Amino acid sequence: MISIRETASISFRALMANKMRSALTMLGIIIGVTAVIMMFAIGSGANRQISERFSSMGSNMLIVRPGADQGPGGVRSGAVNTLTVEDAAAISSECPAVAYAAPTYGGGAQVVYGNQNWSTSITGTTPDYLFVQEWTVASGTIFTGQDVRSATKVCVIGQTIADNLFGNEDPLGKTIRVRNVPMIVVGVLGEIGANAMGRDQDDVILVPVTTAQRRLFSTSRTGSVSTIMVKARSAELLDAAQKQVESLLRMRHRIRPGNEDDFSVRNMAQMVENAKAATRTMTLLLTAVAGVSLLVGGIGIMNIMLVSVTERIREIGIRMALGAKKVDIRLQFLVEALILSLVGGTTGILLGTGGAMAVSGAFGWAVEISPFSIVLAFGFSGLVGIFFGYYPAWKASLLNPIDALRYE
Amino acid sequence: MAARQVVKIENVSKIYSLGDVQVEALKNVSFSVEEGEFLSVMGASGSGKSTLMNIIGCLDTPTSGDYFIEGRNVSGLSGDELADIRKHKIGFVFQGFNLLPRMSALENVKLPMLYNGVKPHDREGKAMEALEMVGLADRAHHQPQQLSGGQQQRVAIARALVNDASMILADEPTGNLDSRTSLDIMELFAELNRKLGRTVIQVTHEPEMASFSRRILTFRDGAILKDERESQA
Repeated sequence: MISIRETASISFRALMANKMRSALTMLGIIIGVTAVIMMFAIGSGANRQISERFSSMGSNMLIVRPGADQGPGGVRSGAVNTLTVEDAAAISSECPAVAYAAPTYGGGAQVVYGNQNWSTSITGTTPDYLFVQEWTVASGTIFTGQDVRSATKVCVIGQTIADNLFGNEDPLGKTIRVRNVPMIVVGVLGEIGANAMGRDQDDVILVPVTTAQRRLFSTSRTGSVSTIMVKARSAELLDAAQKQVESLLRMRHRIRPGNEDDFSVRNMAQMVENAKAATRTMTLLLTAVAGVSLLVGGIGIMNIMLVSVTERIREIGIRMALGAKKVDIRLQFLVEALILSLVGGTTGILLGTGGAMAVSGAFGWAVEISPFSIVLAFGFSGLVGIFFGYYPAWKASLLNPIDALRYE
Repeated sequence: MAARQVVKIENVSKIYSLGDVQVEALKNVSFSVEEGEFLSVMGASGSGKSTLMNIIGCLDTPTSGDYFIEGRNVSGLSGDELADIRKHKIGFVFQGFNLLPRMSALENVKLPMLYNGVKPHDREGKAMEALEMVGLADRAHHQPQQLSGGQQQRVAIARALVNDASMILADEPTGNLDSRTSLDIMELFAELNRKLGRTVIQVTHEPEMASFSRRILTFRDGAILKDERESQA
């Protein structure tokens, strides 16, 4: 058997003799590997971005909503006014695994200051809301428990509101009109950024929940709230907190065993998992499509290698007459296929990496190029080369030297 | 016995099955060739001479009988074992030259050494030596398509010489050449045989080419018809 190095140089020369054909054959692998690398990079980037955004929201959070949960896509049934401010207070004080609980009640509203006006969302809540969301107050203060009890007309505004209504002016102590109700700005929130869905969280006004209920958005059943945000003491206690909240609310709402809850609790960690699972599935799907193109590239290699073997039957005969063994011939063609696939694979890795970076630059998508995906792509293109190169190489080695020498 | 037996064919038969028909290409042939002989095998097409050449060249195996190269029985060897014999014992010269295109004359001559274990840095020198023997040292870097037919055949002869084979096996070596060039090539064979003592076995159907050899084996219908030796002067 002749050495691999010499075999490689024979194979390389054979490929160089047909540069255009070799390049086109490689193109299939290049496109496949580029696609795989880019899909991996974009997929894992998206995954990481989702977990980062969710963890900035606090992954040890529960969201309690009124009405029974009908599962994903289902319609929330029955009375929707089942949760109250008192429920939130009870959760906060009676569930040991819960650190904070804050009710929210609000809606969209037009806010006016001077000749500026701005459409935003109003969240009526309690001071604990800041702790639940892990938000901070940049200037001024949050409204107090006393403000909540007496439904004072005060508010805390987000950065976006401060920028759009006040510009360079200091908003503290100024009066804005929310749905024509004058409210005094007592604080400005620190900058928060976008949430997992990409919504600008700085575009918000916090008011005492009672103010929202009684003065801004009056409701048929006074006292009811639209959600209760609950923060567990730690991520580990999230499941315990969920159970405690559920049993406390069932007790408070006098729900008999066997009857359905009139509320639903959503686990933030689960939502993160769901979102991640969704992107994982998407990535897998796209990678599978990319993998198919890699497979097609492999078939292209096999096709060209078969043509090449047929074209070079005479050469094979000569080499056999001069003493080449079956294994020498087989190796020569196998190495040719391998060079095609590995050079194609390497080019694809470079292009895919470059492409992923370009996408990240152009669209601001998070991409993550893992060494794993590079090793995988390289290994896989090698396997494609061996798998699709073996049959033509094997066919070549089976030629009978007498027939091969006479072949025209 | 003064000279070694390079080739010894003993009761060799070769039968091809073409569908239901069995064709007996060689019928119980026996002869031997000694080192330093220059033998021509003649015969009409279908006489079995090509089959014989394939067997002598270890490209094919006999259906029955034994074939010894330098005393070693090679009749029952596998394809790869035959390849081993070919690369050490046999130098082929073909009618159609069979040089690899896109490779220089020198690289073509180096080719057998790729397979027979000569170290890479020894190859160049040996290949140049062989090209000098056939008078083509100055064409070493030309590609086959830049050479005339006669020159291509000389390159092929150099390739057959380079592995110091026991015999040079030439299958109609002048079949594709004009008569003037054919004579040159035959003179080269005669010279290699005379001066270097190389054993040369050629197949030809031209008596003029056969006349260069010192022994003529004539075949008809798969059997030896005549075995004529030049009278030793």
